[in-house]
Amino acid sequence: MAVQTPSTAVRRRALGGGRWVPYAFVTPFVLVFLTFMLAPIVIALVNGLYSSQSSGLGFGGAETVFVGVRNYARAFADADFLASFGRVALYGLVQVPVMMVIAAVLALLFDSALVRARRFFQFAVFLPYAVPGVIAALLWGFFYQPSVSPLVQGLQAIGIDADLLAPGTVLWSVANISIWSNAGINMIILFSALQSLPRDTFEAARLDGAGELRIALNLKLPMIAPAVLLTTLSTVIGTLQLFNEPQVLQSITPNISSDWTPNMAIYAVSTLGRDPHLGSAMAVILGLVTLVVSLVLVRFTNSSSRGGAR
Amino acid sequence: MTAALQDRPRAGTAPSSRPRRVSRTVVSGGERVSRGWMIAATAVVALASLYFLAPVVWLVIASTKSASELFSTPGFALADWHLWENVRDLSTYDGGIFWRWALNSVVYSVIGSVATTLLCAATGYALAVYRFRGRALLIGVVLGSLLVPGTVLAQPTYVLLVNLGLNNTYWGLLLPGLSYPFGVLLAWIFAQNAIPTELLEAARLDGSGEFRTFAGIGLRLMSSGLVTILLFAFLGSWNNYLLPLLVLTDAELMPLTVGLTGWNQASITIPSLQILTVVGSLVSVVPIAIVFLALQRFWRAGLSAGSVRG
Repeated sequence: MAVQTPSTAVRRRALGGGRWVPYAFVTPFVLVFLTFMLAPIVIALVNGLYSSQSSGLGFGGAETVFVGVRNYARAFADADFLASFGRVALYGLVQVPVMMVIAAVLALLFDSALVRARRFFQFAVFLPYAVPGVIAALLWGFFYQPSVSPLVQGLQAIGIDADLLAPGTVLWSVANISIWSNAGINMIILFSALQSLPRDTFEAARLDGAGELRIALNLKLPMIAPAVLLTTLSTVIGTLQLFNEPQVLQSITPNISSDWTPNMAIYAVSTLGRDPHLGSAMAVILGLVTLVVSLVLVRFTNSSSRGGAR
Repeated sequence: MTAALQDRPRAGTAPSSRPRRVSRTVVSGGERVSRGWMIAATAVVALASLYFLAPVVWLVIASTKSASELFSTPGFALADWHLWENVRDLSTYDGGIFWRWALNSVVYSVIGSVATTLLCAATGYALAVYRFRGRALLIGVVLGSLLVPGTVLAQPTYVLLVNLGLNNTYWGLLLPGLSYPFGVLLAWIFAQNAIPTELLEAARLDGSGEFRTFAGIGLRLMSSGLVTILLFAFLGSWNNYLLPLLVLTDAELMPLTVGLTGWNQASITIPSLQILTVVGSLVSVVPIAIVFLALQRFWRAGLSAGSVRG
């Protein structure tokens, strides 16, 4: 054994204890994982193929019958469910780039020597992340209601009559909440990546006469590409899962329907609609869409980063 | 490496950061930039901070107002001081149900995150320290499951809990949270970086059992990473909304997020609930924000290690 190449992988082999020891360490997690990660996936797949005639829950009841892909057909025939995907797609096309640009610009500014009182400003940008998403939605809800909103009242004072909850604006009002909540954590991740870059590279570029802006865009940004991908990916996934903010805002505006986003539709069908079988089929569809979008994004970024510098 | 990262945030105000060349030109940090750029950059960041801070400032101010002043006075202007009255009303409304929700949130989050962190630590430690059959499979499954978004699992998890008879119980919300593959990934990375094999071999030679070595040496060496996992697990379950909304029907079992949004909905017919929602939001945000910001040294280092290596 000791003659093999001294890589860490070889070095870190089990020495003491019985062969069962590692299994004792991982068993609790594996059990929990199988029960609450794998089993729900299997349940969603199986449950989606059944239907119950009465309002009984679960797939063991007497009134549950196998219906094949009929739930999926129903989901795809549901124009509102399909529209909810279009809605989050439109939402994501705007919200994801806007938030990533805000996070990247702030991270680059904090990483440069330009910003004074950096710790305070970083605290300010990050603070919303410590506010639970639902509470953030409640908070911004007050900012959107004309009766209490300092924002709407302020705009009215300068002659702008804004309805932030109108059919055309409510989507962006929701996007604003999630930008406000999540820009900070993305900024921190990008900032941490920037701080771990070797400084000498930039010194060399500076000596060659490169400006700070060029260094930021042409050197720093490509070097933190993995962190940018990570944050973009989790933002996109979060977009498809949109639930908390519109669900909360629903109580103050009629312009958010109960099936406004895919997750809201799943929730509505499973609870008010009393059809968890259809809900499971919808959850499978949402899961697959999310998976495909994530994989496409990863593939796209991999191939474009191999294409060389811009 | 992590120690250097933790020290970095001070670099902006004091030109002492090692990797940067210290030069007494125009600004700090040794990067020669004009005063004008510095003012412009700080102004941009200050403007952004205003956006991120404003809703929180509004929340604090609004919490001090009476129910009628909430509507009759300008949003950012202080009125008469009613904060303590509001907290008293909050505490007595509906037999003090708010504090029951707060207690529930604490139970779900503290017990849940501590247990989750221990499971992740044990699994990550085993992945880093031992070579065993099934290890590669476990790693693959953990990585793959990162692409499965939690909210898609909520609906089938709910169906599962109904079948297990665990819906509308504490267990129904506590157990699903224990499955946290991202935490396992972080724990694995941390164990790899922080635990030297030589130390484990020395412990074995001293006759220390495998589990005692884990508890005595492993957990201690991984502690800053475990704080990260603990915080994110804590925040995750404190912010959890969709699953409790599905699983819990009993108001006595609800966490703050569900309780407060319920009040917000009810405030359409019971206007006095509006100010209670505001004060309740503040009460639920403050402890979380303090804990999260006080411990940011730890989770920042954890995040950067996760994004660099992962």
